[in-house]
Amino acid sequence: MTAESTPDAFREELRAWLEENCPQEMRDGKMTEEGICWGGKNWQFTSQAQKQWLDRCAAKGYTVPTWPKDYGGAGLNRAQEKIFHQEMGRINARKPLQSFGIWMLGPALLHFGSHEQKLHYLPPIARGEVRWCQGYSEPGAGSDLANVQTKGEDKGDHWLVNGQKIWTSYADKADWIFALVRTDREAPKHKGISFLLIDMEDPGVETRPIKMISGISPFCETFFTDVKVPKDQIVGEENRGWDVAKYLLTHEREMISGGGAGLSGGGRALGAVIKDTMEGLTDATLRADAMRCEVDSLAIGLTLERYKDQAEAGQGAGDASAMLKYMGTELNKRRHELMMTAGGSDALEWDGPLGNRAGDWLRTKANSIEGGTSEVMLSIVSRRVLGLPG
Amino acid sequence: MEKLVLTEEETMLSDMARGYLDGAAPVAKLRRMRDAGETHDAALWKEMADMGWAGVLVPEAQGGSDMGYAAANLLAREMGKTLAVSPYISTAVIAATALRQVADARAEAALARIAAGEATYALAVDEGIKFDPEAAQMTARADGNGFRLDGKKQFVVDGAMADRLLVLARTDNGLTLFDIPADRAGVTRDRSNMIDARDAARITFDNVEATGEDVLGQVDQAMTVLKPALMAGQGALAAEMTGLAAGAFDMTVGYIKERKQFGIEIARFQALQHRAAHLWCEIEVTASAILNAGRMMDADPDSAALAVSLAKARATQTATLAVQEGVQMHGGIGMTDAYDMGFYMKRARVGAEWLGDYSYHAEQVAAARGF
Repeated sequence: MTAESTPDAFREELRAWLEENCPQEMRDGKMTEEGICWGGKNWQFTSQAQKQWLDRCAAKGYTVPTWPKDYGGAGLNRAQEKIFHQEMGRINARKPLQSFGIWMLGPALLHFGSHEQKLHYLPPIARGEVRWCQGYSEPGAGSDLANVQTKGEDKGDHWLVNGQKIWTSYADKADWIFALVRTDREAPKHKGISFLLIDMEDPGVETRPIKMISGISPFCETFFTDVKVPKDQIVGEENRGWDVAKYLLTHEREMISGGGAGLSGGGRALGAVIKDTMEGLTDATLRADAMRCEVDSLAIGLTLERYKDQAEAGQGAGDASAMLKYMGTELNKRRHELMMTAGGSDALEWDGPLGNRAGDWLRTKANSIEGGTSEVMLSIVSRRVLGLPG
Repeated sequence: MEKLVLTEEETMLSDMARGYLDGAAPVAKLRRMRDAGETHDAALWKEMADMGWAGVLVPEAQGGSDMGYAAANLLAREMGKTLAVSPYISTAVIAATALRQVADARAEAALARIAAGEATYALAVDEGIKFDPEAAQMTARADGNGFRLDGKKQFVVDGAMADRLLVLARTDNGLTLFDIPADRAGVTRDRSNMIDARDAARITFDNVEATGEDVLGQVDQAMTVLKPALMAGQGALAAEMTGLAAGAFDMTVGYIKERKQFGIEIARFQALQHRAAHLWCEIEVTASAILNAGRMMDADPDSAALAVSLAKARATQTATLAVQEGVQMHGGIGMTDAYDMGFYMKRARVGAEWLGDYSYHAEQVAAARGF
């Protein structure tokens, strides 16, 4: 399939390919914790079909459809990407692979990485061979992200890294981590940070899961003790890591607002989940809430579309992406409150008749905290978009 | 379908409209008209027609500019920013769309008059306090080769000033839409004293004669003609209300940057910053729904109902929030008649009801989404 083919031809080819290659078992749109394939060195496939689906998609570049072919993608343009998602949605296909490598590191590397770095790091992400995690937050930093203290000392051919990260999602399952490290302690706080890629198997890297209110431990603490990081594992320039971090955060915000993984039900239109939950609903108040949620879901979905179209037209969203993060996560919390109410007592058991609905609900409470709190998003909008004084 | 980004032509159209309206139809103009008890400015409408706005949806063969629904919505949005008063939505959007569904010589002549700014229209559908066209009880009794119309309509926007009326009435086997001159014998128009100072009327039809010529489309088949016209009106009204929200918002942000309390600009207070930022987010999200509705009406009108109701629902909610926050953040001055914010609040309230309120459109969305 080529980026040059017409939309109609592309759709036809894609349909035929999906028909032949997407295993029946992968056509339930299941996006719960167990349904997601994260890949990585230690990944245990939950079924033969999950492995087949990943391998077949990876071979076509469909795990990262818009990435260039050289780096493991299919090189799809925006119109084709839309068709790709429509056709995947039509057969309710699961995403073959999800990872922070795809959502966050990939876009940052594509923008800031050298050609060698792209060739080295991107294809294994696309094939699901290497799983990444994000080392941004620190116990004392939180939303004041530029306040990171993890230290990287210049030792000639490498940096010597010491410090602690927190909220490193799935660090216990990741192979590599991309981390913000302070490499110049004298510079103003935004100017002394570098963006380093670190192998989690290196001596001195240790992780511990943090148990959350949802009963699971997606988050970890990660400790670095005299970890040696070779000089070629920096993305962008030394002490200019904040630029990379900011770029990446924009992608993260868009991902979270779009209900990507990390949010249960991700990948499907937000509204579809409400619709399923509300099937046959007669309670007037609940129905009214659901309608309101549906109206907002659809409008936010269209805004994501519009921002993507704008980006393609060379009008990047920039700080306005804080809006997507804020509106998307607040909606997602409302949606899960609604789903709990609709589920009644069935929703109150761990792994009860509705699966882990309660766990998903509790998980959403972090949505408006992770990746910058809703309050921080509003401050970004008010200062940088509206130009209100700080 | 075109992308959800303004094309170069659309951006130019918007900018041009803004430039014109800032000079010709600022909020101060609405205030002057209200104070003088006027609801229509014929000269302003003629200028709009000369710029091609009255004919925005009229085919070029009938002298229109035929720019499509996305463009029509852009004009409505710009008019909303400064609360420009004109029969644009009733005439250029609703009536023109209805007439376009009927491809006969009579309809074409009517379209030409609309494009030239020679005819204004109002849509008379509401009989109760809530929008519900299918429930119309007004009768059109068959009489010889024609009909006799009896009944009452209310909330006929632009109904006191319009030259012609599109009237929905019940015939033997359904609803029928009539296009009649507003001065026909038996038509009594009582101008409503509206809170937003715009033109509207309560209209009584007492044994009004209508001929077969006056039927728009087919007898008993009003919805074939009316439904696209209503959708077009709802889409443009949603756009106008989003413009209104943006206008109120700009005024509010401008105010909090200037106004000082406790020795500093109140825009420095995080409580106000976050409210302003939230409002901006809502306006931005609604703008997507508006653009999408216009694109859908242009690309696939038969499937546009969901997009249009979504736009109207969101626009109603957003405009309501914008004016409420506008008054609150202005403090006491926002409540005074001397200040313009009240005009925005009143227009938003009227716009919220016209052509279906939030609940009406949210129900349409829910129905289209299958729950």
